[in-house]
Amino acid sequence: MDTVRGAKSVTRTGPIIVVLLAMLVVWYAAAIGMNAPWQTTLNTRAGLADVPFTDFALQTWAQDRPVLPAPHQVLGEIWNATVALELTSRRSLAYHGWITLSSTLLGFVLGTTLGVALAVFIVHNEAANRSLMPWIIASQTIPILAIAPMVVVGLGSVGITGTVPRALISMYLSFFPVVVGMVKGLRSPESIQLDLMHTYDASPWQTFWKLRWPAAMPMLFASMKVGIAISLVGAVVSELSNAAGGGLGVRLLTGSYNGQTIQIWAALFIAAALAAILVMIVGAAERMVNARMGARPA
Amino acid sequence: MVFDAFEQGRFMTPVVSAQNLGLTFKTNDGDVVALSDVNLTINKGEFVSFIGPSGCGKTTFLRTIADLERPTSGKLTINGQTPEVARKARAYGYVFQAPALYPWRTIEKNVALPLEIMGYGAGQQAERVRRTMDLVNLSGFEKKYPWQLSGGMQQRASIARALSFDADLLLMDEPFGALDEIVRDHLNSELLKLWDRTQKTICFVTHSIPEAVYLSTKIVVMSPRPGRVTDVIESDLPKERPLDIRETPEFLTIAARVRDGLRAGHSYEEAV
Repeated sequence: MDTVRGAKSVTRTGPIIVVLLAMLVVWYAAAIGMNAPWQTTLNTRAGLADVPFTDFALQTWAQDRPVLPAPHQVLGEIWNATVALELTSRRSLAYHGWITLSSTLLGFVLGTTLGVALAVFIVHNEAANRSLMPWIIASQTIPILAIAPMVVVGLGSVGITGTVPRALISMYLSFFPVVVGMVKGLRSPESIQLDLMHTYDASPWQTFWKLRWPAAMPMLFASMKVGIAISLVGAVVSELSNAAGGGLGVRLLTGSYNGQTIQIWAALFIAAALAAILVMIVGAAERMVNARMGARPA
Repeated sequence: MVFDAFEQGRFMTPVVSAQNLGLTFKTNDGDVVALSDVNLTINKGEFVSFIGPSGCGKTTFLRTIADLERPTSGKLTINGQTPEVARKARAYGYVFQAPALYPWRTIEKNVALPLEIMGYGAGQQAERVRRTMDLVNLSGFEKKYPWQLSGGMQQRASIARALSFDADLLLMDEPFGALDEIVRDHLNSELLKLWDRTQKTICFVTHSIPEAVYLSTKIVVMSPRPGRVTDVIESDLPKERPLDIRETPEFLTIAARVRDGLRAGHSYEEAV
């Protein structure tokens, strides 16, 4: 039995490790190729000729401003900019990460609340159903890069700065999947389930809490997963409009101004890891709710 | 004597009374006459089956009694009241074709759903859930979720849910249509026992002739286009009905009359 279970865990983790290793190999190989022209120039200037390939490869993986930094350089930068620095330092990725995370979370909470409220309104009011949806869809066709500076600068001019304007951008992006998902979710009960409520002469309030809301749970979590990920995108984009405010977006921006590719990649990795962790937290909450609602184990 | 006559009159108030009842659905393809000129009286304690091919309006008639559809002509009363008043007075329990259990509720919570909505106290709820689950032989499955039960057990749970608040009228819309014949036979005899114990009035929609004859005291034969009643058969079978009553000449005579009624409605020819 144990051997079977052991074999099963190998078949699960085995492919993941193989793919990860393959990605690392490709990455290191690409770093050699992409950093080679500059390394050749450097070596020519220094009068070095006939550098053996292994030495040359090591050189391409150790440049200050490589075109493509090697994985260990990025990880080293992450280490130096988080654990090795004080949290309050302006160069700390933990400091900038916290700025991004706080506006992401606030924006996500606001966006989810707004999305659910709009969905409830749309499902219960025919006029809202016909009039609101086109505007909601239109709101998402406007490039966020065009809106973000207006909101951040506009609110800044009336004295509202910091987390709130950035959270509003996150909200602007994250309410959309929640509205669309929840409208579908709240409408998911079958007609006989609704008829049943009618035969009991249930109030709209009872029909909502005892039928529509629990029936919408799967859609709520699916749309929250999308919502929290784009909430992070919104936060990063909003930071580009106010470089003094800090955040992972600012690290990306200053990194690209100064050609600090390692810094860019480090900020990128932190952002990706944050998004992954946030989606995982929503997923864990979903599993908890599913267990409480007696869902059939998959 | 006057008192007696009054009591007599009260007793005779029909549970369901339809006079010249009609219902026309307006669709994009024009009007569809679902019910036309239906006259029917159902008295307290009767077991009435509605039988006919699809489109004959048997389900529509049941839904009209339940105030899930509104008639467009004629008169319909439930306990002497309009269907809407009767619905708001929780005069009936409805069993749908599918169990329609809420998957996020345990069986006992599903049975308690109408009780919650109607505002029964926790003690009352527990007592009524226990009693009705016992009535449909589902004791021991209180904490299970619907997906953990077979189709037949799910439908029994939905019957328990319809019985839990003790309405005198039970409306059943092909409740066993999706079940296999063995389970259906079993549930049919269970239903008869339940009817005998609870003294309820039952309206039962089916498309099975043996089922209709086996269960009913009255069989209403319907035919489509337009949906109408073609025959009303009072069954004189004894109240005690073992399953093998279905081989007796009396049973077969009634079944033959139902079949004739269906044929008279041209339902077979049109269906082909």
